[in-house]
Amino acid sequence: MKQSVASIGNTGRFLFTIFCASRPRRDFLTDLIAQLYSVVVRSLPIIAVGGAFVGMVMTLQGYRTLSTYGATNSVGTLLGLSLYRELGPVLTALLFIGRAGSSMAAELGLMKATDQIAALSLMAIDPVAKTVVPRFWAAIIGMPLLCGFFCSFAIVAGYIEAVYLLGLDGGYFWSALQSSVDFIDDFVVAFIKCAVFGLIGALMATYTGFNAEPTIEGTSVATTQAVVNGSLLVLVFNFILSATLFK
Amino acid sequence: MSASKSRIDLAVGVFLLLAFATLMVLAISSTNGRLPVIDDNSYQVSARFSNISELRVRAPVKIGGVRVGEIADIQLDPLTFEAVVTLELRRSAGEIPGDSSAGIYTAGLLGDRYVGITPGGDPEPLADGDDMLLTQSAVVLEDLISKFIFGNADNKKSDANDSSEESTP
Repeated sequence: MKQSVASIGNTGRFLFTIFCASRPRRDFLTDLIAQLYSVVVRSLPIIAVGGAFVGMVMTLQGYRTLSTYGATNSVGTLLGLSLYRELGPVLTALLFIGRAGSSMAAELGLMKATDQIAALSLMAIDPVAKTVVPRFWAAIIGMPLLCGFFCSFAIVAGYIEAVYLLGLDGGYFWSALQSSVDFIDDFVVAFIKCAVFGLIGALMATYTGFNAEPTIEGTSVATTQAVVNGSLLVLVFNFILSATLFK
Repeated sequence: MSASKSRIDLAVGVFLLLAFATLMVLAISSTNGRLPVIDDNSYQVSARFSNISELRVRAPVKIGGVRVGEIADIQLDPLTFEAVVTLELRRSAGEIPGDSSAGIYTAGLLGDRYVGITPGGDPEPLADGDDMLLTQSAVVLEDLISKFIFGNADNKKSDANDSSEESTP
């Protein structure tokens, strides 16, 4: 009990350290681009495939349920609102944590186990600024962009299924989608949520990786913790944000 | 080293461009694109109803079935216990006569509620802040059914309800 409260405090202090270490340095942009590539760009395939299938299954289930009430023209509303309000940000965050959070934690854990972090300190280079900060900001910048891809793949896949497989009218699909999704209340809020989820996922991954036991077991424990704690926190914060941000 | 580094730069650049393009397309094509800026092209009038049923904020306001605005606000008058509904109308819909009446209708049999305006003949148009005097409250289905079942629905009343349904704009 005492330990878990202490670890919450440690995480908060670690977040503060990251923000303090986020001063612009000479090679910050180079590091950030390298991390954007390995953390965000390489997550794109899983996000795209995941988004397409989520869009298709939402359309299919929405069609089946709504056809009982003769309201199949509202499939676009169902898909748009459920995507932007919940599924887009949450599923992108979970996929992202599974794909990128685990690798971040494992990388940092291995750096710790092979004394690379201690070596950086010996060379008077701030290890947090060099290893943690680029990953952290790459995740915060990348998550909303990935969510944009997720939502667009889901909508396009849902549209193709609705129009070409289920025989719904394409115009009804788009007009229902457009008229029900509000620009500020649904669209912008979805991307605010994404940035918060990116922060949570990156914070858990870098915290567990950076503070891992410097052994092989420690690295594997850190990887597991990064994914489990990150995913749980994303779900918890999703509720909090949904309750406060959406009207 | 430099070759792979420039490839990474290229990949990240292409990704960022694509991502922003995707966000722009999503924002334009999949949302209603409504920004909360103060809009000169609309004006507000209010209407009082004794019962608004399930009318919600941002429900459409229609004339002849064409959307001309939306519900900006719904309040309860603490003295008369009437619902005060603020309608936000677009100027592009033309000048609506001052004696026009507002009614609450249902899209389809069980659909969403909206406000329909039936234009009157007054040469003076509705202006910002005006009050619409002629209003017609929502038809409550339960009342209608209970009148039907318990037999105190005489023919005259059901005729009145029928005609009000037919005059849906």
